[in-house]
Amino acid sequence: MREGKMDGPYRPAGLTQAEQGVLGAAVPRIEGPAKVTGTAQYAAEKAPEGTAYAAIVVSAIGHGRVIGIDASAAEAVAGVLVVITDDPRLPAQGGNSRQAPPTGLRDIFYAGQPVAIVVAETPQAATEAAQLVRVESEAAAGRFDAGAETPDTDHGKGFLPPIDAGDLDSALAAAEVVFDQRYTTPAHFPAALEPHATTAWWDGDRLTVRTSNQIIGAARGTIATVLGIDKERVRVLAPFVGGGFGGKTGVGPEAIVAAIAAERVGRPVKIALPRRQTASMVHHRSPTRQRIRIGCDRDGRIGAIAHDSVVAQNEHGDFVEPVPFGSLPLYAGQVRRFRTDLVTVDLPQTGAVRAPGEAVGTFAIECAMDELAHQLGLDPIELRRRNEPEVDPLSGKRFSTRRLLDCYDEGAQRFGWDRRLPTPGARREGDWLIGLGMAAALRGNFTVEAQARVTLGTDGRVLVETDMTDIGTGTYTILAQVAGEMLGLPVDAVEVRLGDSELPPSAGSGGSFGASSAGSAVVLACEDILAELGRRMNAAPEELRLREGCVSVGERRVPLADLTHGEPIQATGKAMPGAETSGTSQASHGAQFAEVAVNAVTGEVRVRRMLGVFEIGRVLNRATAANQAVGGMVWGIAYALQEEAVVDTRTGRFANPDFGEYHVAVNADVPAIECHFIEEVDTSANQVGAKGVGELGISGAGAAVANAIFNACGVRVRDFPVTLDKLIAGLPAV
Amino acid sequence: MHWTINGQRYEAEPDIRTTLLDLAREHLGLTGSKKGCDHGQCGSCTMLVNGRRINSCLSLAVMHQDDEITTIEGLGQPDNLHPMQAAFVSHDGYQCGYCTPGQICSAVGMLDEVKKGFPSWVSDDLSSPSLNDQEIGERMSGNLCRCAAYPNIVDAIAEVAGLSEDQRQTSQKVSG
Repeated sequence: MREGKMDGPYRPAGLTQAEQGVLGAAVPRIEGPAKVTGTAQYAAEKAPEGTAYAAIVVSAIGHGRVIGIDASAAEAVAGVLVVITDDPRLPAQGGNSRQAPPTGLRDIFYAGQPVAIVVAETPQAATEAAQLVRVESEAAAGRFDAGAETPDTDHGKGFLPPIDAGDLDSALAAAEVVFDQRYTTPAHFPAALEPHATTAWWDGDRLTVRTSNQIIGAARGTIATVLGIDKERVRVLAPFVGGGFGGKTGVGPEAIVAAIAAERVGRPVKIALPRRQTASMVHHRSPTRQRIRIGCDRDGRIGAIAHDSVVAQNEHGDFVEPVPFGSLPLYAGQVRRFRTDLVTVDLPQTGAVRAPGEAVGTFAIECAMDELAHQLGLDPIELRRRNEPEVDPLSGKRFSTRRLLDCYDEGAQRFGWDRRLPTPGARREGDWLIGLGMAAALRGNFTVEAQARVTLGTDGRVLVETDMTDIGTGTYTILAQVAGEMLGLPVDAVEVRLGDSELPPSAGSGGSFGASSAGSAVVLACEDILAELGRRMNAAPEELRLREGCVSVGERRVPLADLTHGEPIQATGKAMPGAETSGTSQASHGAQFAEVAVNAVTGEVRVRRMLGVFEIGRVLNRATAANQAVGGMVWGIAYALQEEAVVDTRTGRFANPDFGEYHVAVNADVPAIECHFIEEVDTSANQVGAKGVGELGISGAGAAVANAIFNACGVRVRDFPVTLDKLIAGLPAV
Repeated sequence: MHWTINGQRYEAEPDIRTTLLDLAREHLGLTGSKKGCDHGQCGSCTMLVNGRRINSCLSLAVMHQDDEITTIEGLGQPDNLHPMQAAFVSHDGYQCGYCTPGQICSAVGMLDEVKKGFPSWVSDDLSSPSLNDQEIGERMSGNLCRCAAYPNIVDAIAEVAGLSEDQRQTSQKVSG
């Protein structure tokens, strides 16, 4: 095992010398043909013989107790195998991140909580029977309105502790200019297209679950803990995951349900959550209340900055949406205050949804900067330029790489920012008011311990194995590119196996750390193989040149296959954060630009074009990275204009738990979007030199749209999403 | 009961309430068609029935015994891709891949609708609509992609439709 701890800057020789042009190239996804032909197998597809189907009966009340369950009518349905109402392991909710889901049958703490399982020969019978299970419950008053609850300012939960540096009140009192505004964002569903789904089967005392999950190593432990069995008896498979977006970081309740049901009926069991059940059984992003206060001089130089927030969680969840996370190192200012207070509700769990913190926090901070620039009569980019810190303004640590100013400049030039008219409402085309807006994007970078095994076969082909997942992020292809670049092979000479908990443990997919952490593990494993090849060539690894499946040292050139001497060469790499990680301030950066048209009569908003310029360290695959970034920008459009999970505060139920009324972006909502990368290998971040991209694209994207709306029509909406009813009263006279 | 899917005859005796989608996925081993919502809201289950695209989750299998049904498996295979499948690969018109079979079946059906002169909400000429990026976006909006690979999906479809850059950019009727 080659361990690589980031105790100092690192730049692998294999990536510096090798000249394959494989890494970074827009290589088409190697699993693409499987995906476009429907042969890629997701969680609820490949089922063993004799598979039965499960359905979950849920609580109609939002708070209280179950007094009794009458399953007789359900049991009488033809094809029903069993109705399970008495298993104490029945999960009350999905596990958030790496914890076990709380279990228990009788206490109800949110509407839609599982109370019973029906197992039947067919999905039709299971669904019918589930509707016939009579649940008698005793309702109690519930805290269903997060906005009405009083925040706990000393909850001690979450990974982001309150930050209070300097005397904010005095600094604001002394400032020449004070900005103070409040913003709200609604709850959001992750809403992956593949619902949470699992096929589970037992072979004796060994359980296999084929499930839709982002982090299967952790899932394995969670499933074992909840079922009360040894983790070695659990195998988790997730070779293809139909989208995650944070919702599949933990173990879904359906995975436990499937395992319990399979054990009870002695057959494999398959379950996919109906779409409307995903709204309550899968965690959602907390709604937020935010307040931005800035004290600056008349030139816009910030002396004090505060980003306060309130988020919601239920009694059993520990996750706290880290709203100001992206604001922490964004702008200069001696006096700094960032906090996230908490209200407790009797609603489904809140959790990590794509870019927890930044996705919603950037709405407040980046709209505030736009408002402040307008107030000061400054260009929004100029205000940001004047407040670009030299070092991390809180910790004083140096930035690993930070090309934010370059992102602004490149973006302004590419987008035609100089054509923006500073006066709102000044540009009109027929019935449409046209505006331009921009925002900064910042997403904290994480590197997480990860392992990968690389095997150079006797045929000269390479196998990469890790329990990492590909949730649409391009992992299969990226890891093949890393190994190909290191070992001098095209990607079609590299096979990648993912999504099996028997393989070396990785960090999984989450927090934008997947590609860089797993990619670094592959780098380290390849370095070990290079060292071995060097020994066999009687040369130092840095003297080796690898190209087209051959190793050269000077004039000597030997095919890789020959160097295996008939035995595969295998190595495992383990990437770990270290002193360099903690000693530097690391983030991905970007600048978002949007042009919108606001209908002067109806208030309808159409996004006409967008541009994102991003600095993400080394670009591992230009096509998949751009796709990720653009996908995030589309989320920003939808967050700015459409997405809003609405709770019926009388019952605690979501009023719009499906795609008919929870409006994700559709094709017609999305204009041409340009994405450009400013590439600088980040040698402090990790061995492969890459930083996160999947969540950066959403950061600031919605704020750029909201700022463009203000520039178009002069109406500033601080309660997201910006629907036309909030615009229409403020529109200029027709 | 019997069906003709991808030119092949299948027989099964599913529960009479079984949808065409569940028939394919749970009885015939044709799992290429995906179930995202089971409500006709996401389009992941799109199949071609007598050449027309439908949400197979909203239609009962028993109704389609005399129809010609095409699923993603019938369009092409990994070593023999349909041009639309190949274009989705080369333009990276997906991420997770879950909506992809539905997008591709829908795109194939959509191009045929345009050829037959079906107008859309954004058509300038209702009697003889022509395709451009805006038309593609409008006509493909029944197929959700939560990864939001929409710009690449439009690129892939435009390539298969043989649209020039100028043709793609014609007409911006709705958005000012």
